[in-house]
Amino acid sequence: MAAGTSTVFLLMVNGQVESAQFPEYDDLYCKYCFVYGQDWAPTAGLEEGISQITSKSQDVRRELVWNFPIDVTFKSTNPYGWPQIVLSVYGPDVFGNDVVRGYGAVHVPFSPGRHKRTIPMFVPESTSKLQKFTSWFMGRRPEYRDPKVVAQGEGREVTRVRSQGFVTLLFNVVTKDMRKLGYYTGPADTHSIPVPSVPQ
Amino acid sequence: MNPREEKVKIITEEFSAHDTMKNFGQIELNKASRSQPSPKGPPTPSPEKMVSEEAPPDSQQGPAQEEPQTRLLSATARRGPRSLPPIPSASRTGFAEFSMRERMREKLQAARSKAESALLQEIPTPRPRRLRSPSVKELETEFGTESGKEAERTQPEDASQSHPRVKFRDSARKIKPKPRLPPGFPSAEEAYNFFTFNFDPEPEEPEEKPKPKPRDETGQEEEKGEEEPPSQEGADRMDEEELVQGQEAEDFLLGLDHRAADFLAVRPADYESAQVRLQREQEMLFVPSRRTVPTYKKLPENVQPRFLEDEGLYIGARPEVARGNQNIMENRLLTQETGRRWFGDDGRILALPNPIKLLPSRPPVLTQEQSPTAELETLYKKAVKYVHRSQQVIGSGDPSGNFQLDVDISGLIFTHHPCFSREHVLAAKLAQLYDQYVARQQRNKAKFLTDKLQALRNAVQTGLNPEKPHQSLDMNQKTINEYKAEIRQTRKLRDAEQERDRTLLKTIIKVWKEMKSLREFQRCTNTPLKLVLRKEKVDQKADEEAYEAEIEAEIRELWEEQGEAYEQRMEAYRTSYQQWKAWKKAQKTKKKKKRQADEEHPEEETEEPHPGEAPGKPTPPEPPDRAAVEQQVRERAAQSRRRPGEPTLVPELSLAGSVTPGDQCPRAEIWRRDDVKRRSVYLKVLFNNKEVSRTVSRQLGPDFRVHFGQIFNLQIFNWPESLTLQVYEMVGHGSPALLAEVFLPIPETTVITGRAPFEEVEFSSNQHVTLDHEGVGSGVPFSFEADGSNQLTLMTSGKVSHSVAWAVGENGIPLIPPLSQQNIGFRSALKKADAISSIGTSGLTDMKKLAKWAAESRLDPNDPNNGPLMQLISVATSGESYVPDFFRLEQLQQEFNFVSDEELNRSKRFRLLCLRSQQVPEFRNYKQVPVYDREILEKVFQDYEKRLRDRNIIETKEHTDTHRAIVAKYLQQVRESVINRFLIAKQHFLLADLIVEEEVPNISILGLSLFKLAEQKRPLRPRRKGRKKVTAQNLSDGDIKLLVNIVRAYDLPVRKQAASKFQQPSRSSRTFSEKRAASPSTHSPTHSADYPLGQVLVRPFVEVSFQRTICHTSTAEGPNPSWNEELELPFRAPNGDYSTTSLQSVKDDVFINIFDEVLYDVLEDDRERGNGTHTRVERHWLGCVKIPFSTIYFQARIDGTFKIDIPPVLLGYSKEQNMVLERGFESVRSLSEGSYITLFITIEPQLIPGESVREKFESQEDEKLLQATEKFQAECALKFPKRQCLTTVIDISGKTVFITRYLKPLNPPQELLDIHRDNPQATAELVARYVSLIPFLPDTVSFAGLCDLWSTSDQFLDLLAGDEEEHAVLLCNYFLSLGKKAWLVMGNAIPEGPTAYVLTWEKNHYLIWNPCSGHFYGQFDTFCPLKNVGCLIGPDNIWFNIQQYDSPLRINFDVTKPKLWKSFFSRSLPYPGLSSVQPEELIYQRTDEGAAAELQDRIEKILKEKIMDWRPRHLTRWNRYCTSTLRHFLPLLERSRGEDVEDTHRTELVRQLGDYRFSGFPLHMPYSEVKPLVDAVYSTGVHNIDVPNVEFALAVYIHPYPKNVLSVWIYVASLIRNR
Repeated sequence: MAAGTSTVFLLMVNGQVESAQFPEYDDLYCKYCFVYGQDWAPTAGLEEGISQITSKSQDVRRELVWNFPIDVTFKSTNPYGWPQIVLSVYGPDVFGNDVVRGYGAVHVPFSPGRHKRTIPMFVPESTSKLQKFTSWFMGRRPEYRDPKVVAQGEGREVTRVRSQGFVTLLFNVVTKDMRKLGYYTGPADTHSIPVPSVPQ
Repeated sequence: MNPREEKVKIITEEFSAHDTMKNFGQIELNKASRSQPSPKGPPTPSPEKMVSEEAPPDSQQGPAQEEPQTRLLSATARRGPRSLPPIPSASRTGFAEFSMRERMREKLQAARSKAESALLQEIPTPRPRRLRSPSVKELETEFGTESGKEAERTQPEDASQSHPRVKFRDSARKIKPKPRLPPGFPSAEEAYNFFTFNFDPEPEEPEEKPKPKPRDETGQEEEKGEEEPPSQEGADRMDEEELVQGQEAEDFLLGLDHRAADFLAVRPADYESAQVRLQREQEMLFVPSRRTVPTYKKLPENVQPRFLEDEGLYIGARPEVARGNQNIMENRLLTQETGRRWFGDDGRILALPNPIKLLPSRPPVLTQEQSPTAELETLYKKAVKYVHRSQQVIGSGDPSGNFQLDVDISGLIFTHHPCFSREHVLAAKLAQLYDQYVARQQRNKAKFLTDKLQALRNAVQTGLNPEKPHQSLDMNQKTINEYKAEIRQTRKLRDAEQERDRTLLKTIIKVWKEMKSLREFQRCTNTPLKLVLRKEKVDQKADEEAYEAEIEAEIRELWEEQGEAYEQRMEAYRTSYQQWKAWKKAQKTKKKKKRQADEEHPEEETEEPHPGEAPGKPTPPEPPDRAAVEQQVRERAAQSRRRPGEPTLVPELSLAGSVTPGDQCPRAEIWRRDDVKRRSVYLKVLFNNKEVSRTVSRQLGPDFRVHFGQIFNLQIFNWPESLTLQVYEMVGHGSPALLAEVFLPIPETTVITGRAPFEEVEFSSNQHVTLDHEGVGSGVPFSFEADGSNQLTLMTSGKVSHSVAWAVGENGIPLIPPLSQQNIGFRSALKKADAISSIGTSGLTDMKKLAKWAAESRLDPNDPNNGPLMQLISVATSGESYVPDFFRLEQLQQEFNFVSDEELNRSKRFRLLCLRSQQVPEFRNYKQVPVYDREILEKVFQDYEKRLRDRNIIETKEHTDTHRAIVAKYLQQVRESVINRFLIAKQHFLLADLIVEEEVPNISILGLSLFKLAEQKRPLRPRRKGRKKVTAQNLSDGDIKLLVNIVRAYDLPVRKQAASKFQQPSRSSRTFSEKRAASPSTHSPTHSADYPLGQVLVRPFVEVSFQRTICHTSTAEGPNPSWNEELELPFRAPNGDYSTTSLQSVKDDVFINIFDEVLYDVLEDDRERGNGTHTRVERHWLGCVKIPFSTIYFQARIDGTFKIDIPPVLLGYSKEQNMVLERGFESVRSLSEGSYITLFITIEPQLIPGESVREKFESQEDEKLLQATEKFQAECALKFPKRQCLTTVIDISGKTVFITRYLKPLNPPQELLDIHRDNPQATAELVARYVSLIPFLPDTVSFAGLCDLWSTSDQFLDLLAGDEEEHAVLLCNYFLSLGKKAWLVMGNAIPEGPTAYVLTWEKNHYLIWNPCSGHFYGQFDTFCPLKNVGCLIGPDNIWFNIQQYDSPLRINFDVTKPKLWKSFFSRSLPYPGLSSVQPEELIYQRTDEGAAAELQDRIEKILKEKIMDWRPRHLTRWNRYCTSTLRHFLPLLERSRGEDVEDTHRTELVRQLGDYRFSGFPLHMPYSEVKPLVDAVYSTGVHNIDVPNVEFALAVYIHPYPKNVLSVWIYVASLIRNR
């Protein structure tokens, strides 16, 4: 498919997974990945990443700071399936087993500019008390088969989850050619830039 | 009092009280006013904001002009409250009048203070603000307007007046901060007044005078308070109540004294006279009058009653109430204070149109006996299938049930079409003209008129003859005149006709010439039209004479005519001349008179000439000129008639011309033809405006004719009102477009099928089409001229030829609705646009009448109930009656459509997105759909469209007989519906699909894990570890490999050491390998064919082909070779889609072919033998094993020994059984015939097979039975989770059915039973063979997702396709009917996996039948493919295997032993006697042998063509002699089922084809389609021989079995002539 330069729009996302608040847990690391539709393709940067392990700050805020950078560029022909970032946070439990501490997802902001997002995180619950105990004991908590589930609506009705904490993300979004293709996502500054007429 | 004024006062009071403050404020004000030099300038936002923040919403704000000042003073306003000095305490001592009140107030305090604490919380605090801010602001306002000075002026005035008030206010203020009850202040005052009035009248009296003032003041305060939010008012009231309570407490104490005075006193009984009582009653009672209340009383003053109805608003009908009651009510209401509001604007009591509640409500019934739950219990009732009554009606022969109209649509011809080329246009024109010509020729009007003329002339002749005496002369004259007139008329008509004929002929010739030139110009011919002009010689002389005579006659007549006319004109001339003369005379006399009167009336003179009519002098008519007449006649004759002697031209139009083939046409023409090819047309048949059926879509032929030839039998109930055909055209696979509608007449009742003539109905469409190729388009002007002049605009038009007739019933009665119904029909035909029925009054027809009725009955046009009717009337009477014949669900959809549907359909991007979201395989993984339409290439859709097209083609071409085509179509439908169902089911997720969770540990797991701790770290015998399974999503091409491990084979056929070899020692080309094997390997010169040991009889190797990749092993030797090689084949998923669903539907097979490698010495000359070896390697196919990929995918691995599918006759090979037996080992294996291969196949990495669909299907079964099945299955699964246990299955309509219902004795075809009447074993085998001949179609491939659909045996036989279950069920049913004890065995077999077999009990042993191959095995046969047994199913029970082992070798099949077999129906749950789903008996039709023979020839032809195709570089010669020999053999093979013929066969062949080296074999297959046959032939590799002088032979034989089951034999052979 001969796709000229003007027939796709680009979305550049950079920013970072700044910090998290998990009041009960410590020594966490996080993984992120992007979920996007069929018309999207990453052109540069990392789609997935895994951060260092961080411990809680000693001050009153008790924050877990990663400052883990995100830098990825997508190209697309269709805003359907706009990228979502999926975060999953892991950390050791009492016995030192790595268990999941939270899943969460958020869409990459549509409009260009700097955005801060705080995502609530949750984990799937065990189906029964006994299983809860054994999973705690064995250090094998229920996990999603695929963390990308949290970015979809399908099949969620069968799960029960518990909220765990928050992760704060910072996005800097730059788009290119969106307007040229007829998609207006920016804030109300449309009159400041002359809008090129959509060809066709 | 003006509220503003009042406020000003209050404010000034404050200022007078605090002078310092005032001064200060003054300064501030001045400052402020200075700082704001232009107070009336435009407002700036910020100060205003401040003010608005400061000030509460104030309705009494001054007019707009004051606003600037408000702003101006806002600063002061803020400061004001802060700078207020404390309230002076001295004010208390101010006035004597107040002292009393003060005391009283202090007294009150005590009672009040209690309530205060409670109130404190509730009372909103803004009180101080409320008092101050508006007042201060007002003050500022005032000051602002008059700039300080005004304030100075007003202040002194007020100061004196309001002094007492100020004092009072001060005192009030003094109290106010103390209780901190700001909102209560004025009301407290009021309360106080109240108390003083009631209990302290004396001290109050002197105060009466000053009283009004404070009251007034409080009133003002109250008024101000009203502006406050209601919460404060509420607080006020609270306060008041509190006060009253406090007072009451006091009062109560005081009241005790009075009680003491109430002593008992005895008095006489009072008598009150009735009058007094009445009077009293009148005082007490109110009796509303019954008189009508005048309207003015009911309405506010000076208001005229207003009648909404008169204004056109809808008012519903009021409920009926008696006039008197109404009056009473009105009177009653009027006495009440708020009574007025009960009356509407029209002075009547407000009333709802319908006082009845919409929803019924009733009080709950309280019954003690029954609990509510008992009443609410639901009763289960089984759904009953609804059988349409009319079907029974037909059966009983009742004629009133239904009727049938046969619509036969034979075809469609376009007289113009957008794709017409210019030539087509001309051709159409020509054809039309020719048709016209032929029609005229048939009528031959000119001839008729000529004859008539002749007759008339004769008549005139005879009339003129005087020898008719009996006719009176004048009578005669009259008729002659009439005749003459008629002659004139006829002649004119004839001339016109002749001229028309001639011009028609001329135009035909002209058009033909144009067409010829056009053909020359465009260098190709598009139409086969050809015009031939036939000259018919005429007798020159006779012709000329006739011509002259005709002209003569005509001239004579004309002459006569003109003579008469001349006479007439002369007559007219004479009379007019006379007139003129008279007039002239009169003129002269007049003139004389005029001259006399000239002086007096000068103006009259001028007028005088005018009134005279001034008739001109008539000119005498010219006498007729004979020469001129003749000239005229001749001219006309020359024009319209054939010249004498000129040959008659007879045009003949034929379709004999040849059309230029596509490749020789110019580009544009090719495009046009392609476009025509892409177009297809179909017709919809609409009966009473409802689509009832449609024809198949047919391609438009190059001649723009479409032949349908379809007859639609419309089963109708009502008299038909309209019958319409809609012509739809489709371009490619786009959406069909409606071209035109054709209305067919309803046939007369006498028109009956068979007698109805074909009629043509023309249609035309007004669509505008412009095309970019040679097609001229439609509705678009075009021209034949080069300069574009003489433009033509043609519209698409055509003709449909059809016939409509009433059908005739079985007993010869035409199926026509009776006349009575017809009448109803006519009426309903009138109300074609029937919207009235929607209102509920169907049958109304006349709109005008309806409108009249509506007007007469004074229907309220504004009543919403009548809305639709009114609208209908208005629409109908206005003439634009458009009643849609459909019901729109989303009526507003149109409004939301931002683009028309057509445009949307045209959008390629939209189409792409749609297809992708529909998960069409080609597009499922389409990434990055381009933004613009123009970037999407047509190429993208080509494959898809091709596939769609191909599918249709297969249906029409590949299936030679219609039955299979229908079956294929039906299967396709079933498949689609099932797939849709599964797609929905796939949306159901289970927790396990989403979340990984540890199982609940049970004791065994815990025990195991404990045991594991004790396990050795490095065991001596390591356990096999399961491979890691890979989810399908993150795979790509090349990641998956298919591993085929070929271990060894047993009992391969060996080359026959043909006796012929010794018989023909002259043959030079002995097989090299034989020689080599004979001499070097064994070093035994004595070795020969007679030696069985050490003999290299065969050198087999294995070739595995999968997805067009071929791998082969090395060559091993001997009939029991061992290769032990692993072959690796790459696997590619279709369309790069590695999802589970896609992998499930992979239809590829793994072919494992075993070949014998034969080395031939090709040396021509023995003398060169020393110099080098020239050998040719040939490979001979021995057999194959075919394993579907789906099996491997679901089984994960396949491990076992498989029977090799070896053709019954392998020429040149034989199974050397006797030798093996002699050797005495492997005796077990020798028990079964055939060759075997041991294989291990798996996929690397291991893929996770798809989960079966968990869907609960609806069922007709009893609920209890279903529960029992679930329980049974759960119990079985608990004990032996791996054993298959089946209790319910899904039938073809998607319903759950209990499995035993499938088993029932069913009769096999009688012919099969007849063959071996006395041999039941042979019959059983034959029946098994019959079943195995029904083609196999796995469900898992066709239905993505693991789900078996079980069809009943009759469905199975109708479909002629099914998988193991269907085969097994049918076979089992046959066996049951043969009287055997038979069961269905559910278990696992290789290579199929979970499957169904049939078990029969013969006299003393069990036999296991493979229903798909027709083979049977003993229970202890090692090579039985059935490896384990899960359950047995009989017609009345299910037995689950609870024995320790499940291999058929090790289990006991005695189902009567409950320890070994767990039965479903037992004593606790007896068999309820379930009815079978199978039919009563199977009906077999004999297969048409002719059709089979035809198919046989066809297949043979196809295969021969294929073989030639596969050998593109070599010449393929067919040995006809051999072919005929082979053809002769095949029926024998069929008869013997491929056994025991080898030897005779061989000798026969050798005898006939002695000097050929021959290799070949018959293949045997059930017939389903042509493709598998082709594949099978290809896989044998017969065509691969490239010996130059090779010849081939191929014969096909099809043996028909009943019910269209065909057994196909293909004999392929290659022959090499021995020199």
